[in-house]
Amino acid sequence: MNKAARLTTLDEQAIEYIAIGAAVLGTGGGGDPHVGKLIAMEAIRKHGPVRIVQLEELDDEGLVVPVSMIGAPTVMLEKIPSAEQLTKPLDLMERELGRKVDAVMPIEVGGGNSLVPVIAAAQRGIPLVDADAMGRAFPESQMVTFHLEGIPCSPVAMADERGNSALMHTIDGVWEERMARALTVEMGGSASICDYPVSGAQAKQSAIGGTLTLAYEIGRTLFEAKQEKLNPVQELLTKLNGHALFHGKAVDIRRRMDGGFTRGEAVFEGTGENKGKTMRLFFQNEFLLATVDDQPLAITPDLITLLDQDTGMPVTTENLKYGARVTVAGLPCDDKWRTPKGIETAGPRYFGYDFDYVPIETLVLKGGAAQ
Amino acid sequence: MTKVTMTEPNTNQVYRIGIDVGGTNTDAALLDSNLHCVHKVKVHTTADVNEGIVEAVRRLLQESGVNGAEIRYAMLGTTHCTNAIVERKHLGRVGLIRIGAPATTAIPPLAGWDESLRTAVGPHSYIASGGYEYDGRKIASLDEAEIVELANRMKGEVDAVAVCGVFAPVNRDQEKRVGVIIREVLGADMPVTYSSEIGSIGLLERENASVLNAALLQVIAGVVRGFEEALNGFGIHAQLYICQNDGTLMKSEYALRYPILTIACGPTNSIRGAAHLSGLTDALVVDIGGTTTDIGVLVQGFPRQSSAAVDIGGIRTNFRMPDILSIGLGGGTIVRLDGADGVTVGPDSVGYDLTTRARIFGGDTLTTTDVAVKLGRAVWPGTNADAVDEAVCHKVDAVMQQSLEDAIDRMKTSADLVDVILVGGGSLLVPETLAGASRIIRPDNYDAANAIGAALGEVSGESERIYSLDDWKYDDVMQDAKESAVNEATAAGANPETVQIVSVEDIPIAYLPGNALLVKVKAAGKL
Repeated sequence: MNKAARLTTLDEQAIEYIAIGAAVLGTGGGGDPHVGKLIAMEAIRKHGPVRIVQLEELDDEGLVVPVSMIGAPTVMLEKIPSAEQLTKPLDLMERELGRKVDAVMPIEVGGGNSLVPVIAAAQRGIPLVDADAMGRAFPESQMVTFHLEGIPCSPVAMADERGNSALMHTIDGVWEERMARALTVEMGGSASICDYPVSGAQAKQSAIGGTLTLAYEIGRTLFEAKQEKLNPVQELLTKLNGHALFHGKAVDIRRRMDGGFTRGEAVFEGTGENKGKTMRLFFQNEFLLATVDDQPLAITPDLITLLDQDTGMPVTTENLKYGARVTVAGLPCDDKWRTPKGIETAGPRYFGYDFDYVPIETLVLKGGAAQ
Repeated sequence: MTKVTMTEPNTNQVYRIGIDVGGTNTDAALLDSNLHCVHKVKVHTTADVNEGIVEAVRRLLQESGVNGAEIRYAMLGTTHCTNAIVERKHLGRVGLIRIGAPATTAIPPLAGWDESLRTAVGPHSYIASGGYEYDGRKIASLDEAEIVELANRMKGEVDAVAVCGVFAPVNRDQEKRVGVIIREVLGADMPVTYSSEIGSIGLLERENASVLNAALLQVIAGVVRGFEEALNGFGIHAQLYICQNDGTLMKSEYALRYPILTIACGPTNSIRGAAHLSGLTDALVVDIGGTTTDIGVLVQGFPRQSSAAVDIGGIRTNFRMPDILSIGLGGGTIVRLDGADGVTVGPDSVGYDLTTRARIFGGDTLTTTDVAVKLGRAVWPGTNADAVDEAVCHKVDAVMQQSLEDAIDRMKTSADLVDVILVGGGSLLVPETLAGASRIIRPDNYDAANAIGAALGEVSGESERIYSLDDWKYDDVMQDAKESAVNEATAAGANPETVQIVSVEDIPIAYLPGNALLVKVKAAGKL
């Protein structure tokens, strides 16, 4: 995507598109972007449109802070955050670091968290960076590109809606995940959080750029395909250079609770050119592994996303039902995830799948994708 | 058509009337003590819906010869409430108190509502202090002085009040207390809708549904009054019930409090009617009308509920709705020939004009009914199928069959074959076999399944709560949830001896400690 086409401001239309795109990049998890969308809409209605900046525009010495929500998506649908709690961790961060935050960014572009930082940007009149630290959604807080490059997550600031807040110094992202999760439970199952405060230089080096624009483009493509009565799945794959891994129908979905996560497996019977074949998708909140005849066709950290064959709209692990006609689409992850540390952090073996990571391009060439 | 002729009132018979008001037709059926359909009629739905109802009852009594005094129960399924929301007409002004602060302030009430609906309900929406956590702990206490002040601001400017607290489905104490205060300030007659009685987890959607419910209170009051008057006019002094969208009934007193639960009761009436007429409790029900085919799923005698958020008049809500798949295929669906080979079926329909526009009636439009008649699937006396090309019909039939089979498959929960019950006037379109169906059942009175379903009469209750399996044994959780649902059903008018659990759903909740489990149970019993 060329730079000229990148987002410069966030208005209501852009928020609509990003919410759809974030659900696609949520790869089956990441929570419902609806709440994040309404929060962002309200913020710009109150404070005006938000300025978007690219990583390249950041001052190397500037302070960039990700803002997100941590906790159970089901709780977030009920206990909507307060406006104050979404900026409070920034206050704590500033007090601890002794300086003002220059820009905020989403920690992940998949699901509800993609639009959560908008309120902080709107309220303080600071820009939102067109970047995130996953390029998708992942279930655990150390699964960010900052962690891969050894950037400290600390200080970590959290807040609940009552006015409670906490500032933590954890030795690494894995400990942050454990401690933040425990605190989240005490805070009632959802909390706001700022972690990985980075300099402009660190953000340029480690964040994944252009991802809000990417989400925007996904949403716009699906919306326009619908308007112009084009095949939305095809339009989207063309736009993203994505792979249609499989066209099929969900015939079996098994979910179980495991360590606080929903884990499971979905089985798809091939339709069209995939007739007679079976695809299995394995998930832990997000889709992480796709196999056909026990051969992997896409493996985490590459993105596996389910699109409704008719509308192109994303289907989540929670909403997937028997009979759903879907296209399983695969997108290459950012190169940062393809390093040994990236594979160790968010590769198949971390999630307990007995496969080695192979890039999706290689697998598709070898295995032959749906088209 | 069955017809019972009687010369004197038969005191052993307890009759009931079921009426289903649809967009096009108002169907009515008269059932006897054994729930056999004694008579049925179909009249056009009128602009003033009550006129259609009166006409249906008049014909039912006149044609069956049954004395109105022998009718003990009268059930009404209606689209009044849906229409009121879609057309933004007759809606009441609603005061909303969200019990949420300090949480929830990032999204104001009625976010995402369009201007016309917002204007209809008025400006009195507030966020007050309070709310609970998922496990029932309090987030914040109520500030009773604050509630009094908000209620005072609403004085004279609202027709009803909606109250929606964070995690109210888990703990409804604060909602109830706010209701008490509101009535102290605004009078004992001020109607109050509690979100915990309307929707499930998902604050904004439940709040939206609660406000819509409160806005519909006047509409439903008009419906009940009109129905009462219509019946009284024929000397019918029956117990009145209103159909809900889960396939059960509520007493009219109860309906006056929960009008939103009537939305989409039409398809569920058809599904319940299909179950009764076929004697099946688990099957797919395919209801084919003039314009669309609605497919629903019968599970243990009741329609399967949708798990997704549902838009009503553009407003996102999460109260229970039947899981219905609609496709643009009906008896009046227009068939087009494109070029040499292909045919397109629908999605548009000739609707009422079938008997003038269809080919077999000498018209110029090829419809699915032409195809069914040409293929000998239906006989329509006095029509001429010569003008229809048989080769084209076979192509069209293949397309219709494919789209029906796809739709049926989409509604299944497993690859196993299922029984398919066909109801509705358009069901003559369907061939004798369909892929995925073990049997195709076309019950007697299939064209009145909706009105018969309305008349059947079961009342239900529900329970929804998040349990922690660290604190509870699984069996105890289920026991608790079931008891609560049974109590609700009994409270709604079901005979306790007949109450049964009709559905149990447990959903594990990710990222919560203690193996949190959301449990939903529904119970239903006979009148």
